[in-house]
Amino acid sequence: MNAFVAAYLTQDGLANGAIYCLLAIALVLVFAVTRIIFIPQGEFISYAALTYVALREGHTPGTVGLLLALVAGAGFIDLLREGFGGLVSVVRRSLAPVGLAGLAAVSARFGLPALVDLLITVALVACMGPLLYRIVYRRIAQASSLVLLIVAVAHHLVMLGLGLYFFGPEGVRAAPLIDASVSLFGVPVQAQTIVILLSCAVLVGGLYVISERSFYGKAMRAAAINPIGARLMGISAELAGETAFLVAAVIGAISGILISGATTIYYDSGFLLGLKGFVAGILGGLASFPLAGIGAFGVGLLESFASFYASGFKETIVFALIIPILLWRSMAKAR
Amino acid sequence: MKPRQVATGLAVLAVATAPMVLGEYQLSLLTYVGLSAIVALGLVLLTGKAGLSSFGQAAFVGIGAYVSAIATLRAGLSPWLTMPMALLATGCCAWVGALVMVRLSGHYLSLATIAFGTAMFFLFGGLDITGGQSGLSGLPPLMLFGFAFTRAMPNYAFVWLVVLGLIWALGNLLDSRIGRAIRALRDEAAMAEAMGVDIAAAKSAVFILSCVLAGFVGWFYAYFQRFVNPSPFSLAQGIEYLFMAVLGGANLLWGAVVGAGLVTLLKPLLQARLPELFGMSGNFESVVFGGVVILLFQFASAGLLPRLQSALGWSAIAAHAIDPAEPLAKRAVFLADGPALEVVGARKAFGGVIANVDVGLAVRSGEIVALIGPNGAGKSTFFDLVTGVTAADAGDFMLSGASIRGCSGCEIARRGVGRSFQHVRLIGDMSVIENVALGAHLRGRSGMLVAMLRLNRREEAGLLAEALRQLRRVGLDGLAWSEAGSLALGQQRIVEIARALAGDPRVLLLDEPAAGLRHQEKQILAGFLRELRAEGLAILLVEHDMDFVMGLADRVVVMEFGRVIAAGTPAQVQNDAQVQEAYLGSVA
Amino acid sequence: MTTPGLLLDARQVTVRYGKIAAVQDVSLRIREGEVVTIVGPNGAGKTTLLSALMGLLPLAGEVAYFGGAPMRAPSVEALVRAGMGLIPEKRELFTSMSVADNLALGGFDRWRRGTRDQADDLAEIYALFPRLAERRMQPASTLSGGERQMLAMGRALMARPRLLLLDEPSLGLAPLVMRDIFRTIESLRARGVSVLLVEQNARAALKIADYGYVMEAGCFVLEGPAAELAHNERVIEAYLGVATADRTPAPAVPL
Repeated sequence: MNAFVAAYLTQDGLANGAIYCLLAIALVLVFAVTRIIFIPQGEFISYAALTYVALREGHTPGTVGLLLALVAGAGFIDLLREGFGGLVSVVRRSLAPVGLAGLAAVSARFGLPALVDLLITVALVACMGPLLYRIVYRRIAQASSLVLLIVAVAHHLVMLGLGLYFFGPEGVRAAPLIDASVSLFGVPVQAQTIVILLSCAVLVGGLYVISERSFYGKAMRAAAINPIGARLMGISAELAGETAFLVAAVIGAISGILISGATTIYYDSGFLLGLKGFVAGILGGLASFPLAGIGAFGVGLLESFASFYASGFKETIVFALIIPILLWRSMAKAR
Repeated sequence: MKPRQVATGLAVLAVATAPMVLGEYQLSLLTYVGLSAIVALGLVLLTGKAGLSSFGQAAFVGIGAYVSAIATLRAGLSPWLTMPMALLATGCCAWVGALVMVRLSGHYLSLATIAFGTAMFFLFGGLDITGGQSGLSGLPPLMLFGFAFTRAMPNYAFVWLVVLGLIWALGNLLDSRIGRAIRALRDEAAMAEAMGVDIAAAKSAVFILSCVLAGFVGWFYAYFQRFVNPSPFSLAQGIEYLFMAVLGGANLLWGAVVGAGLVTLLKPLLQARLPELFGMSGNFESVVFGGVVILLFQFASAGLLPRLQSALGWSAIAAHAIDPAEPLAKRAVFLADGPALEVVGARKAFGGVIANVDVGLAVRSGEIVALIGPNGAGKSTFFDLVTGVTAADAGDFMLSGASIRGCSGCEIARRGVGRSFQHVRLIGDMSVIENVALGAHLRGRSGMLVAMLRLNRREEAGLLAEALRQLRRVGLDGLAWSEAGSLALGQQRIVEIARALAGDPRVLLLDEPAAGLRHQEKQILAGFLRELRAEGLAILLVEHDMDFVMGLADRVVVMEFGRVIAAGTPAQVQNDAQVQEAYLGSVA
Repeated sequence: MTTPGLLLDARQVTVRYGKIAAVQDVSLRIREGEVVTIVGPNGAGKTTLLSALMGLLPLAGEVAYFGGAPMRAPSVEALVRAGMGLIPEKRELFTSMSVADNLALGGFDRWRRGTRDQADDLAEIYALFPRLAERRMQPASTLSGGERQMLAMGRALMARPRLLLLDEPSLGLAPLVMRDIFRTIESLRARGVSVLLVEQNARAALKIADYGYVMEAGCFVLEGPAAELAHNERVIEAYLGVATADRTPAPAVPL
């Protein structure tokens, strides 16, 4: 390996690491607030990538049908819970996602600028987060984390199948947001890499500021620190859960759009990406954001170099990494 | 005959008569049901009983299959020789995994098994020795006395004999000393540790056992399919195994069979119909299974079979007569001269809050010492320090002159300390007598294999007889086969005392034994504790009821703000000005 | 059957953990401006009852809040909005957040409904507990036991509750601090906050309460005006006196 290859692999690893970092942050957030090990996080990535590319190519994305199905499902469950007295609030809650779905269906025909498509994509996928929480997890929010994990895995399978149905089996690859290459110390660097790293930095910074400064951000942290205390302040588990899922969906959507410019994404590509986010998240015991971030870049770099030295065993090496990480954590716990 | 036995009998009969009425295809489908059921049985132990979970069982099946296939193809070994190799290989992998995971909370194990399942799938498909994606073919069928298992019938018979045998063996296991410890792992691990159960070892044992079962299935699978490729060992298959266990009922052995049957039989149907319905090809059956599991946990989280059982009104507990047995060996009485339990200078701080400062006390054999003080004075912390639940920052803890500082809770129990808990810790869905027998855990020694083969009956009879003897002493023998969770709170406290006594302790620590008892019950309890004192037990109790304490204790130690503020006879303590100020809660 | 001035009307309340009833057929009423106490030994079911009244545990029976119709399985959040507050035995503070943030979050529900300016409320709390003002930027985890209780009370008061449920406020506090806390509880009445106080320290609780209930093994065994209860033979015997054990008169601690 020469320095040029190393620089190239590093670049690749950092870009992937940034994506894993975002995913790890979403996973740690969801776990801290709801105790759910959110396996379906990866599906947000594939959904967003597929939606974005469909919009760019002028098709109505499958997300529209999926979102409408989720709105109907959540509305049905709410009506079951609250009776017909809840009809007004169900309709009110449904307005935004339904309107958005309509907007997406219409806008696809006009070939709007990439930035608009990007915003529509993020909004569409973001709507799904809270809806999924309502449908799948609200009723079992107090269950053991083992039950929540099993349900999350089941949820992943359902999302995977629905992804295939709504988006089809074809893979997509978006044009990079900025298609250019700059030279840094004599090494060509893809502009997309820089976009990914910058977006990651901005998102992480933004989330930090929101959680430290905004009232809702503080409420979320409170719900993560002490759920009972938070409920006694009127911060319901439902509100906290929906908000966590909203943030997770937004992060997933942005990651999906970013990565679709760098690699081909299929309806089932998200799962492995999300799983790598978990490997990173476990480094911080699913509790520490900084450690999860560091772990994410470690995973990205390891993967990148592993693909050079032993490309056939890239995935095996990355997922086997979890063993030494857990070993380290269990020794840290024993002390 | 009880309805449960009738149902079991019918199920066995159905398994036995199936070959007479079913054709080749159905029998081989049922063979797959049996194979899945074996994996799911392991998951019932792991998930339903021990509260751990694995999505990676398919990978262990794969290890068993590949080890067998490679050994046969490369070295020409007979299948009967590769079986122990396959079991050993999966067992070793599981052992390594268990080493890492036992100290962490359960969801790490689950996540790790997802990662492991994914990694192994890619490994199976990537290695040369496993034949890559195309796999290994040309394996011989199983042979027994010159008879080849080429048709469906012998395979069916072999697999279902194993399934029924395993249900019998695992039932025996759960109904034993080790089994009771396993059943405590899910909800009451800390309590089990105080009863002397080595939690890490028990968790590891269950994990290894469930993986070895998966390895066995892999071994059989190789010679049944006669070729091996990575696809049946994917993460998706691992997830399906877990779904079988939770769908059928992760808390019941037969639940594994029900779940395996449902999923395995429905799958080909769904695979045929769903793509038509969705208008494209794909694994849409996973949407259905996933959806069903999500719905299951919203409405019937215990699974289908337990749901059916409770709808039929069958109790989860099978009462049975207890064989007469010789009394268990008792431990040597502590030396009479020194204190049985002595603590000097115990100190503990949680973050900035100091819970114990220089707490010291001594309890002699045949003495009752009461530890009193306002709520939050640090009494429970002190108990936790003595019993090894939390590690002390400083201090000497001596049991009959030998230091127990830094010992695990399990080791402290082994040395003769029994305890009850402030918040009752019984296994609610287990019978009272089994709960008490858990206290006698350290007085038996038979292991897993012995228990599975039912070679432990004498020991079991001894343990249960001891449990019954303790229940009789506290006057609850009439409730021996009731569900512990159905007892009144006061009775549950008494069961905790019986459980501690079943361990034949020399030092008994009771955390608020009289809380929730009525006046008369308290007097009976006091009488009983006096009786124990007369037998030479050293008793340390935390209590709030002054009447109870003052009439019972030989000496009283008063704590406030983590310190001992007074100690002496009840009369001395009652006349201590500081105690009156602290304990009477005067508000000027 | 709404009664004006009746803040809480609980009839035949039963709370179960699995199959066992930790609280059985308990009825209690609290009127506007009252301090009502429930005393009894550990394990009697007092904390369970409070948690259930606050919507944290499911209960069987009828509970009407603030003169309304009985509510079926109300959520904690709905009760917070209606004017209920609970300070739990464990305080349940947001330990890694600052004192000021803890207090601010106490007003979360009001903030969400449009009361965005918390300055006045905060000033009021700081006036009530000057110690909290001194430590406003410190994480809650660094506070002493007494300060934690103050913070828990301050945080609850930020929501401007009409009825405050207090679970063992004296738990682990030094006598002087405890005295302060009880004084504060008494002063709540003047601020228009009624109180349901669960206390192990029966003497202190009965001293400031108007009405009391004695709870034993999940049931109310005795009830009456607090002053009467404080002199009731049975109460004295069971909960008030170390010194009564040898049947000598209660020591000279004023009731």
